[in-house]
Amino acid sequence: MNLNYLDFEQPIADLQQKIEELRFATQGSEVNLTAEIAALEGKIVQLTEQIFANLTPWQVAQLARHPQRPYALDYINGIFTEWEELHGDRHYADDPAIVSGVARLEGRACVVIGQQKGRDAKERVLRNFGMPRPEGYRKALRLMKMAEKFQLPVMTFIDTPGAYPGIGAEERNQSEAIARNLFELSRLRTPVIATVTGEGGSGGALAIGVADVVMMLQYSIYSVISPEGCASILFKSASRAPEAAAAMRVGAQDIYNLKLIHEVIPEPLGGAHRDPAAMIASVKARLVEHLERLVQRPMTVLLHDRYQRLMNFGAYEEPQVVTHLKAVG
Amino acid sequence: MSWLDKISGSRLLTEGVRRKSVPEGLWTKCESCQSVLYRAELERTLEVCPKCGAHRPIGARARLHHFLDPEPRIEIAAGIKSVDPLGFKDSRKYTERLSEAIEDSQENDALIVMRGQLMGLPLVTAAFEFSFMGGSMGSVVGEKFVRGVNTCLDHGIPLVCFAASGGARMQESLFSLMQMAKTSAALAKMHERGLPFISVLTHPTMGGVSASFAMLGDLHVAEPNALIGFAGPRVIEQTVREKLPEGFQRAEFLKDKGAIDLIVDRRDMRERLYKLLSMLTHFKPPLAA
Repeated sequence: MNLNYLDFEQPIADLQQKIEELRFATQGSEVNLTAEIAALEGKIVQLTEQIFANLTPWQVAQLARHPQRPYALDYINGIFTEWEELHGDRHYADDPAIVSGVARLEGRACVVIGQQKGRDAKERVLRNFGMPRPEGYRKALRLMKMAEKFQLPVMTFIDTPGAYPGIGAEERNQSEAIARNLFELSRLRTPVIATVTGEGGSGGALAIGVADVVMMLQYSIYSVISPEGCASILFKSASRAPEAAAAMRVGAQDIYNLKLIHEVIPEPLGGAHRDPAAMIASVKARLVEHLERLVQRPMTVLLHDRYQRLMNFGAYEEPQVVTHLKAVG
Repeated sequence: MSWLDKISGSRLLTEGVRRKSVPEGLWTKCESCQSVLYRAELERTLEVCPKCGAHRPIGARARLHHFLDPEPRIEIAAGIKSVDPLGFKDSRKYTERLSEAIEDSQENDALIVMRGQLMGLPLVTAAFEFSFMGGSMGSVVGEKFVRGVNTCLDHGIPLVCFAASGGARMQESLFSLMQMAKTSAALAKMHERGLPFISVLTHPTMGGVSASFAMLGDLHVAEPNALIGFAGPRVIEQTVREKLPEGFQRAEFLKDKGAIDLIVDRRDMRERLYKLLSMLTHFKPPLAA
């Protein structure tokens, strides 16, 4: 089993293996297998298209968590110039699970905030698997307020399993840290664009996700609780996460259909990690286009629309209230 | 008649009498101090054990009934009901769970909001019904909370919310999550208008409710020993793999850590909140004016 591939991608991995074997066999020999290899490559594309056309929500969740998926710093380095990371919440600590700083998008200065996961074992621990503590959210808030002060737009990149459920995090009031960001983002006097690039894990994701434009990558997820968490509570076993993922409709396309986000950004064939450069380029293009539009808008209109969008969230029914109107005169 | 017959006879008689005149549930036991308590007295003490002071759960409507002046009271958005936007089903359908909760609680959802007065001071008060799906916040709870805020904004009056919730309602997934942003944004309007919001954290206040409006009060008041936090104790224990400190996530712990302003006994809630609100709003009772 090739660990660079998810279980449902194994048929693709098998073909890839065959190609490599052929390449190895023809190395330094007279035999020319170029045509055969090209045919197999064509087959890989076909097979990948087939598999990716019918992904289950759980398969999408696995892609969203893929260890080779581009992370916040990959997007930041690929999209912005003059990135300068700024550290710490000025009260307690610097939380490496959230990176934040200033940078330029096509020349325009911005504040950038993202949840960062680690690539290898050591970095994963350092980044706490992308699970921020209160000081991470408070660092983000400090940067948001600075963005407002200096009229810099804010771009956020969401990719977290959730806010860290730890003893220290509770002692320093994780709840308040998240709540405060929701409160302040709803009225922040500068354009905000949020992009879910991987896992949108509950309140820990939303705390940097209240924005004028919210986008999700095609194979990213967003939900009120992790599929495993939902499964262990409602389905009585964490192993039923695939069912929970489907029930909660965690995938980007479902969430777009429910009108909860603005846009789904298509991913390269096989997912963002198969062609990070192409993925980063299309995210950049979407950010540039939205930002151009948002900065044109008067602040009152921007804030009014952001507020109205938040107020419209919800699905409920209300029996018609019967009002008796007295005839005048 | 032997003495034995007398005793057994009288006991039988006592049991017979008791069965007739003492209906089920007239007596109850305090989980905390094990004292046997008279139900009628517990209702008078607002479900607080008169022996040890333990705060037992209290329903939303009883809570509002004891907190607000008898008149006037107007319930806000009483009619709105949950729908099932995702067609959610686990071992049971969400719609079934909803119907059952409505039947058991005789409420439409987990939050009741009323406009009324507290010792003459006009305000809006919201209270969670924990027995309705664990007081979980879905679209209806979020909308009712916002309608309550809007009433405050319309009339320039303060808001008090008694939270008791396990968090966001999983069956509405992202719709529920977005209620966190919605309720928090509405409170920003209260803030901008200079209207007070007192958040009363009762047992338990967790997850998405704790991580949104409940932690955005001008004042955070908690009932004694209430469990308050973001992640549940079990989840934390599984994550950090160590024993949680004594009293972790209890009201007294939060006060020590600086997260809440004060702990108030339920029986004193009216007087204490009136005192605080009248100062924050410069309220003068009509008679004294």
